[in-house]
Amino acid sequence: MSYEPRIVLSVEGVHAGYGHVSVVRGIDLRVAEGELVTLIGANGAGKSTLLKTIVGLVSPTAGTIHFLEQDITRMRPDRAVRAGLALVPEGRMLFGPMTVEENLELGAHARDRSDSAEDLKRVFDLFPVLQERRSQTAATLSGGEQQMLAVARALMARPRLLLLDEPSLGLAPKVIKEIFAALDRLKAEGLTILLVEQDARLALKHADRGYVMRTGSIALAGNAADLLADDDVRLIYLGAWHGEGESS
Amino acid sequence: MGATELLQFALAGLKNGSIYALVALGFTLVYAATGVINFAQGEFYMLGGMLSVWAYAGLGLPLPLAGLVGVVSTAAIGVIFELLAIRQRKDGDPLALIIITVGGSMVLSSMARHLFGPNERPLPLFSGGGSVSVFGAVLEVQTIWIIGMTAIAVACLWYLYNRTGLGRAMRACAVNRDAARIVGIDTRLMVTVSFLLAAGLGALAGLAVTPLTQTAFDVGPTVGIKGFAAAILGGLGNPIAAVVGGLVLGMLESVSIAFISSTYKDAIALVVLLAVLFVRPQGLLGRSRREKV
Ligand SMILES: Nc1ncnc2c1ncn2[C@@H]1O[C@H](COP(=O)(O)OP(=O)(O)O)[C@@H](O)[C@H]1O
Ligand SMILES: [Mg+2]
Repeated sequence: MSYEPRIVLSVEGVHAGYGHVSVVRGIDLRVAEGELVTLIGANGAGKSTLLKTIVGLVSPTAGTIHFLEQDITRMRPDRAVRAGLALVPEGRMLFGPMTVEENLELGAHARDRSDSAEDLKRVFDLFPVLQERRSQTAATLSGGEQQMLAVARALMARPRLLLLDEPSLGLAPKVIKEIFAALDRLKAEGLTILLVEQDARLALKHADRGYVMRTGSIALAGNAADLLADDDVRLIYLGAWHGEGESS
Repeated sequence: MGATELLQFALAGLKNGSIYALVALGFTLVYAATGVINFAQGEFYMLGGMLSVWAYAGLGLPLPLAGLVGVVSTAAIGVIFELLAIRQRKDGDPLALIIITVGGSMVLSSMARHLFGPNERPLPLFSGGGSVSVFGAVLEVQTIWIIGMTAIAVACLWYLYNRTGLGRAMRACAVNRDAARIVGIDTRLMVTVSFLLAAGLGALAGLAVTPLTQTAFDVGPTVGIKGFAAAILGGLGNPIAAVVGGLVLGMLESVSIAFISSTYKDAIALVVLLAVLFVRPQGLLGRSRREKV
């Protein structure tokens, strides 16, 4: 008897962009239940656009997106959250003038909040510093604390799939370690995660599988361990090759 | 000028300032939800008065009920306006939306003229023509109504904004609409709610003032400019600031009448508007736009 893990997210042939500029060009990607899958690639490859397309902030021009057997192609973000997706966006997008606690309660906006106290306890357990800062405004937090708050806010929605967009960006190594330890713990608790990163080595160390994205399409996919061992150089080469042409 | 006279001017400033505060709140709530100035805001003020007059004189309803009909139906018109005109512009392009509100303003005042005629329409004082003496200054009972209704409306709005989940969602939209959407807030619903509140608050102001000044199909734009100036003066997007801006503008007008001449009263709003835009674009209470993270 073989156990087939359930597919949580299935992206098929998705194209998306801004206006007439096509940025995502035919992406196929799957995430199975309990997996931590990473999407890596150089700056400008279209990783953030793909995440935004999955949650509905950007509308795909072609292709389909399924989430737990439900067709969520072009579903509005507020509905996608209700369906069980939560995004930790690039740049965190916190509610700066509002307190840590208010940010967290807003994270639970999409569902019945009668049990949000329990969820608050869970995220404070994951990131104790947030409890100390709970009545401070988000704008007054350090970069690392803000990133923790962004992750915690997403968790407040009790997602079935957590999407993270470069949670390590601009943070000190010690803080990055703390955040990735939290991701490991969430994964161990059974949460399914899709992680976008520019730091390929870091991401692959924590992931089960990885996709390498280059100028809007998937250039390479495989087990994280294979991608890491097999071809460090090639990964870096892919990144560098791309970064040269597109960075602006 | 004696202390009593000064107090008399201060009370007049407070009365007018209350009206400006309600209209300014309308501007600020819609701006917070959409990033757009709603140039039809003054028409909600006009409709609040005109529809109350219609319900009172036309339908023969008792005054309190007529006032309720005026405010509630204007709020409903605000919602319909949002659904039919604002929401249809799917990309939310601010310039297009502003032009839509200008057009909407013209449509609303033309319709009012068509339905209710070009004449000024009166409404009786809410509780007779009495007045009380405050340290020698005369305070009309209708003025107490105006200030009291404004105070209650502001208190209710404060509670909604700061103590309820809906209010928290509205504030979240004001900070960052995309962030609001990814935590599950239906931002289009928040825009509708903002129009409902803006129209209701504007209508309340129009209702409260009509017994003193009468109303007509064309009173919207003047009050609209003043409410806009008040909202800018306080700091656009922040309800407390709108109230402060309204009261300060009312007082400035009173001061100008007291010390210069009533000729310039209506120009004060424009002077304030320009001065704020040049000197302190974020308004009295506004923080420069860097608090987003
Ligand atoms: N809001 C936007 N409007 C127009 N172009 C955009 C926008 N966001 C990103 N882009 C463009 O899309 C391309 C891919 O960007 P992005 O998805 O952010 O890549 P990544 O996350 O991999 O760095 C880039 O060339 C970028 O300039
Ligand atoms: Mg990105």
